[in-house]
Amino acid sequence: MRPAFSVIFLTTLIGAGQGLFVALYSAEYGASLGLWAMPSAQYFSLGCVLVLALLGAGLAASFFHLGRPERAWRSASMWRTSWLSREVIVLPVFMAAVAAFGLVHHLRGAGDLTLALGGAGVVLALLLFVCTGMIYACLPFLQEWHTPLTVINYLLLGCTSGFLLSTAWAAAQAPALLVTAAAWTAGATLAALVMRGAALARNARLRPKSTVQTAIGVKHPRIAQKAQGFMGGSFNTRDFFHGKSISWLRLVKWGFLLLVFPLPLALLAAGAALVSWPILAAAFALQYLGLLAERWYFFAQARHPQNLYYQAIS
Amino acid sequence: MSKQLALVIDLNVCVGCHACVTSCKEWNTSGEAGFMSDDNPYARDPTGTFFNRVQTFEVGEFPNTQTVHFPKSCLHCEDPPCVPVCPTGASYKRAEDGIVLVDYDKCIGCKYCAWACPYGAREIDEHQKVMKKCTLCVDRIYDELLPPADRKPACVMACPTSARLFGDVHDPESVVSKAIRDSGGYALMPEWGTHPANHYLPRRKTEITLHRDELERVDNPLKIDGKLPKPDSRAPSLDDSTSW
Repeated sequence: MRPAFSVIFLTTLIGAGQGLFVALYSAEYGASLGLWAMPSAQYFSLGCVLVLALLGAGLAASFFHLGRPERAWRSASMWRTSWLSREVIVLPVFMAAVAAFGLVHHLRGAGDLTLALGGAGVVLALLLFVCTGMIYACLPFLQEWHTPLTVINYLLLGCTSGFLLSTAWAAAQAPALLVTAAAWTAGATLAALVMRGAALARNARLRPKSTVQTAIGVKHPRIAQKAQGFMGGSFNTRDFFHGKSISWLRLVKWGFLLLVFPLPLALLAAGAALVSWPILAAAFALQYLGLLAERWYFFAQARHPQNLYYQAIS
Repeated sequence: MSKQLALVIDLNVCVGCHACVTSCKEWNTSGEAGFMSDDNPYARDPTGTFFNRVQTFEVGEFPNTQTVHFPKSCLHCEDPPCVPVCPTGASYKRAEDGIVLVDYDKCIGCKYCAWACPYGAREIDEHQKVMKKCTLCVDRIYDELLPPADRKPACVMACPTSARLFGDVHDPESVVSKAIRDSGGYALMPEWGTHPANHYLPRRKTEITLHRDELERVDNPLKIDGKLPKPDSRAPSLDDSTSW
């Protein structure tokens, strides 16, 4: 598949936003249990502004994916069957929950209402991870995506990214939380490394179910395409081929493995030890670059069976 | 049982002339749904939207090869994976005749349905920014202003070798059902459970099987093959007038 940058930005940005919100709510929940002191109202309200900025930027990016963005409102209608439609509904509802959570913190401070609103927000954040992941995981013939690992990785990578941002936020606003936040971030990063590695290992061993034999229904081991019906390009030759070399793909794979996991972990340790939010923010930015590469690779790695019909121009 | 209109394409007869491609484009670019984009049609890198393509495959290794011309369009699956993923309901399957259609006024051009089609049957129109695909000439086959014999998809009308059959595959007595039954009609990529309504008829070689004893005339009285000696001109002949 040809990676669509609008979707790469959408999924990485909202993933970070969802992760950050889960971290904000965990900070309040832990404080309500008496595990640590309640952070300031500003930690929550400005944190929610940050979450909303990430979600809003992702939402804006998604519009660039549409041919007819002025009709985007229609995409909420088929929620009974379409995971894309479900995502379109859950994202704004989640944004509303985040806005309400931040607003109540700003106006009244932490209390039962914020705990309830935030709890609803966390459920919506998890639902949104499921919707986003299922958009890809539900397509059976894109075998690289058709696995529970797809949903798990959207969840874990989003949490990794958001938790890492929450450590920078804690270092700036609530240093008492920093050690706990850093520990959770390290845990999420390691879990994401294990599961993303599992997905890479699985996909490396995949055998395509469709072959040129099943595509045209001729049983012969040697079939070569001689013409695809046109000499120039078409939607089918543009949107389903990434057009990059195997060595480039390998470079991106090792690049994201390095940028998403070990480098941010090293910066996280340094930033947590020095209680320095700029180092932690740099770790987040570096990991975000890696996540862009990760998402690019996720798309490029998927081999669409329609490509069997477009193997040779003439 | 409800109707399921479909095409049956005979790969044994298709000569790869692309008449179905041009006829399809001509009919569908002239209809009420608007033009089908063409960019640089006579220049470098021509590109455009088509509902139907004819591809060519070489089967086997030289010198034992066969050329298979393979027309490809939307298969109007009985269980179309492109329909449930559509977030707007623009992609739908008609209950009355099983045709899978796109409502161009509802489509937002998100391309998710094209990702969800294993056959690559859908193409986005680069200017109207909506997804397009074969409509089985739904604006033709029910047009009562046309003579009944012409109420067929444009590709079927154009095919010079009658490689394309059109009918209801749920009706066991239809021409398409009989062709599928009698000539080994098959579906593409059965592994995904999409149950395509369109079927393909395989290449069929006409062969005669000769056994060794059939190479020798058993009723040859002289046990000699080849020409018999020319009879004398005065010798009696079968019709008593000519001998050679």
